[in-house]
Amino acid sequence: MSPTAYLVLASLLFAIGGVGVLVRRNALIAFMSIELMLNACNLAFVTFARMHGNIDGQIIAFFVMVIAAAEVVVGLAIIVTIFRTRRSASVDDESLLKL
Amino acid sequence: MLTQMESVQPAEGVFAATWLLILLPLVGAAVLLLGGRRLDRIAPVFGTVMPALSFGYAVVLFAAMVGRGADERAVSVPLWDWFAVGGYEVSVGLLLDQLSMAFVLLITGVGSVIHLYSIGYMAEDDRQGRFFGYLNLFVAAMLLLVLADDFLILYVGWEGVGLASYLLIGFWQHKNSAAVAAKKAFVANRVGDAGMSLAIMSMFVVFGTTAFAGVFPAAAEASEGWLIAIGLFLLLGACGKSAQFPLQSWLLDAMEGPTPVSALIHAATMVTAGVYLIVRAAEIYNLAPAARTAVVIVGTITLLMGAIIGTAKDDIKKALAGSTMSQIGYMMLAAGLGPAGYAFAIFHLLTHGFFKANLFLGAGSVMHGMNDEVDMRRYGALRTVMPVTFITFAAGYLAIIGVPPFAGFFSKDRIIEAAFGEHFMYGLAALIGAGITAFYMTRVMLMTFAGRKRWADDAHPHESPPVMTIPLWILGGLSVVGGLGLLYLGGGIVDWLEPVTGEEHHELAIPAAALTAIIIAVVAAGIAIAWLIFGRQPVPTTAPAGSFVTVAARKDLYGDAINEAVLMRPGQYLTRSLVYVENKGLDGAVGGTAAAFGGLSARMRRIQTGFVRSYALSMLAGAAVVVVAMLLVRLP
Repeated sequence: MSPTAYLVLASLLFAIGGVGVLVRRNALIAFMSIELMLNACNLAFVTFARMHGNIDGQIIAFFVMVIAAAEVVVGLAIIVTIFRTRRSASVDDESLLKL
Repeated sequence: MLTQMESVQPAEGVFAATWLLILLPLVGAAVLLLGGRRLDRIAPVFGTVMPALSFGYAVVLFAAMVGRGADERAVSVPLWDWFAVGGYEVSVGLLLDQLSMAFVLLITGVGSVIHLYSIGYMAEDDRQGRFFGYLNLFVAAMLLLVLADDFLILYVGWEGVGLASYLLIGFWQHKNSAAVAAKKAFVANRVGDAGMSLAIMSMFVVFGTTAFAGVFPAAAEASEGWLIAIGLFLLLGACGKSAQFPLQSWLLDAMEGPTPVSALIHAATMVTAGVYLIVRAAEIYNLAPAARTAVVIVGTITLLMGAIIGTAKDDIKKALAGSTMSQIGYMMLAAGLGPAGYAFAIFHLLTHGFFKANLFLGAGSVMHGMNDEVDMRRYGALRTVMPVTFITFAAGYLAIIGVPPFAGFFSKDRIIEAAFGEHFMYGLAALIGAGITAFYMTRVMLMTFAGRKRWADDAHPHESPPVMTIPLWILGGLSVVGGLGLLYLGGGIVDWLEPVTGEEHHELAIPAAALTAIIIAVVAAGIAIAWLIFGRQPVPTTAPAGSFVTVAARKDLYGDAINEAVLMRPGQYLTRSLVYVENKGLDGAVGGTAAAFGGLSARMRRIQTGFVRSYALSMLAGAAVVVVAMLLVRLP
């Protein structure tokens, strides 16, 4: 099977994730879109590892998963805290730091 | 020619503690100024004892010096190394030679007498600790000035006396006029001090040292241009300190200080420091005739200016101040004549120290009895109520106008003679000056002590207490015998100073006795004119309008006006325009730059919207740009 299809799929997923981050206001949806982008990257890594017969890409994919898990923990905690204090999960509302 | 630095002996025996001369009044100043108000009660006595002890020691030193041969009298007293930078070393040391000795005796002697007088004069003042502390500080600084063996050390004393003068002129600083006068004296002295520092720097450039022992022997090898420059710089310094033209204007205002201060600092000692400086630097002036001519011209102008100012002043202290300017002009004139005149300059300086201190203290005694009235038009007929003041003042008066055998006759006669020996015009100016001196001093005398009473209604003139009249007797006595004594006792002042100043005699076209007769005739004419105007007819209590000459003299010959027009106003315009340039130009440029960046950053701030998604978009765009750039670079 040609690796091109995997790469196209990864690109599509990354684009969908990127658009999701940019257009959706809900923090949870944006968060999910980020996960989608990360996994698109993972798919690309694994594909390239397969193409080159090299295991490095797969190892990197595992790293990304571990880091993503940690990031989810921190990110969800922030979202929950903000939701508790401000009764909103919209990312556009969190603009208090600008002048 | 001169060998003044070659025969200096190391200090031994009684000379080893020469520094005590300075230390005693310095300790007095330190104790009185640091002790504060608690010492006000003992201050007068304590402050008088310190310079008196110094005088006692000076007399011991003088006796020891007289006991030595003429070539062995100069003594050097090295003290400590001040600092060393590279090959340049400044060591603090004292040089006690015949010239310094004369000054030390004058400063401590007349100084002690004036301290004594101050006990009575300042009795009513409630800040006596400070007053006597400042006076002691002055004596210490003045002694350092005349005892220094290095121009840099001399400069320390030079600034010290300037400081003491400033503090004492402004002693009654609650009076605005006193505060302004003190500031004026300080500023005028700064101009002179700039000349002094330039002279010292030039010496360092030319000779690599500022010590007398290094500069004077090397002077013969220096180029004449440098010597003239150093001579003129020193002259500028001397003009500032000695109130010589063109820096003369501060001295008349300095009379705002207490009268003992005027007597000690602004008549007898400090203002003569310029003369000391020029005589001390004789070896430089001897080799720079152009600089000497400048000294003579400055002296001649000032002696006439001071005398003319003295004729028109109704304030007794200002009339005497004009006279001081004039007499110092005589000394400068003599000092500028070179070896023919140095000794006479110092001779006149010493006799002037006696009779001018005497006159000022007499004026102070009159003011003391007249509720601090200084206007001579409100005096009159005081000779009967103040007999002691009258007699002693008369002694000073006869001394200053040069009536034989009073002190001033001998010194002034010698100076006029030497001036005629140099050039006819100098002699003529000095002779005219003597006539004017006789005129204005007779005027002071007649307006104060003769005529009818013109006192203010609440004036009850009385003789001063003994603590003030004893100094008057002492100085009055010196005014009588000082000239004769200095000239003829034990070889006299000229022989005494000869190892330091050298000697030279010009032959006159006419015999000296004939010239003396002419001088006395001119003096007599001055007295007669003054008597015609102020003795024969009553003195009006308000000043008459007067001719334009009188008006000019009342305004100090427009010295202040000229300073204002030439220096002050242009200076103010300059500062004002600089402030304008600063505000509009420099501040504008700096402020404009800041405003430009401020405005720019205000625009840039808009980018920071606070919306997370816009940041995400910019991150994405940035990442895309990086990727595109990498691809472009990778493309072959």
